[in-house]
Amino acid sequence: MLAKRIIPCLDVTGGRVVKGVHFVDLVDAGDPVEQAANYDAQGADELTFLDITATSDARAVLLDMIRRVAEQVFIPFTVGGGIRSTEDIREILRAGADKISINTAAVLDRDLISQGSERFGAQCIVVAIDARRVRPEGSPKPDLGYAPDAQIEWKVYTHGGRTVTDIDALEWAREVEQRGAGELLVTSMDADGTTSGYDIELLRRISSSVSIPVIASGGAGHSGHMYDALTLGQADAVLAASIFHFGQTTVGEIKQQLADRDIPVRL
Amino acid sequence: MITIIDYGEGNLGSVEKALLHVGADAIISSSPDDLRRADAVILPGVGSFDDCIKGLRNRGLEEPIKQVVAEGKPFLGICLGMQLLFASSEEGTLPGLSILPGKVVRFRHELKIPQIGWNQVSKKAPAPHLEGVPDGSWVYFVHSYYAEPEDDDIIATTTDYGIEFCSAVWRGNVFATQYHPEKSQAVGLQILDNFRKIAEGA
Repeated sequence: MLAKRIIPCLDVTGGRVVKGVHFVDLVDAGDPVEQAANYDAQGADELTFLDITATSDARAVLLDMIRRVAEQVFIPFTVGGGIRSTEDIREILRAGADKISINTAAVLDRDLISQGSERFGAQCIVVAIDARRVRPEGSPKPDLGYAPDAQIEWKVYTHGGRTVTDIDALEWAREVEQRGAGELLVTSMDADGTTSGYDIELLRRISSSVSIPVIASGGAGHSGHMYDALTLGQADAVLAASIFHFGQTTVGEIKQQLADRDIPVRL
Repeated sequence: MITIIDYGEGNLGSVEKALLHVGADAIISSSPDDLRRADAVILPGVGSFDDCIKGLRNRGLEEPIKQVVAEGKPFLGICLGMQLLFASSEEGTLPGLSILPGKVVRFRHELKIPQIGWNQVSKKAPAPHLEGVPDGSWVYFVHSYYAEPEDDDIIATTTDYGIEFCSAVWRGNVFATQYHPEKSQAVGLQILDNFRKIAEGA
């Protein structure tokens, strides 16, 4: 049976891994190759690198990092951040990444999804969807749990969550699938950084409206949240950053806890 | 020398890096001469069936591939590279390499397509490229189609994804896996190391 995947996400800048909460108070957290090897040894199923200060000057540094990771780590890894063209995609894949993830560029230039998918194969095109619930200014924080009957709307955000669009997240998910995305990385802006759980209803609705795999992101605080995302949320994989980076837990511990609750994982 | 066939836009770097890691002497090439000179050949594959067949034809690689296989050189097909060994695929209209009898079909069920991620192999028959790979090993898959060999005897492993499908084959000097050994951690490196040994023995 296909295993559910646990994917640590590493933020990188200038060829180094950085840790912080909400992209502030960033501290250097070491060499990407060492970190990647460490997560590989813990049993990570894949890795995602997010270049958080992606600029064209930094591209050479990023490509060098990808090459070094690919020489040492033999599990799949995805690279995202600042990818704008099929030429950017080509360079990153050539350097050794298995997949790329695009968010803002996919919204601004929808053809990039289909062009990338046709040229390099759908399997390497991950479209990242940052979504936030629509709610009146000043209203209380929404409950992000299972609520199949609730009337909820989510809008897509770009530019690292700074820019709201008029795009409905569910419609966007279906459109990017049609345009050739191979996977969706769905991040709840409401849940991100809270460590109080994924937006289960967002995951469930997106997952049930597309046939490509959905990776849950934003809000993981412990394995119970992952369990909910993989069962109620129908996600195929879960991505997490802070719970792994700050040594709270390991990928191996999370997997064991999920296995104890009958989630198929690679142990 | 193992030649990794380059016929398009695929990420062949990871196959090469994994081979170098297990101590193999490998190059990536799209030259028919490099193919003929090779001790062993790897046909990786990403993209679509017809695009790959066209890519091979445009580079004049289709006949040299058939020739090295006929000469008995060790040949490893990975992912789409396994599917291309068969006669046809539901994904395209062009004929495959027809090195192995059988066809390639699409998953027909309600599970997510493509299958992306780690799944287990169930060993059906011993195969030299899977030596030392325990039954039930986890390997990494990315695919929407799978091979249905005419001859069940060539099936080396099967995998369960809604149905039990053929995930590896072996016949003579032709080896193949639907999964990606270059992305399957220690198990995958074992497979590539096995192929290196087969190549060096040839």
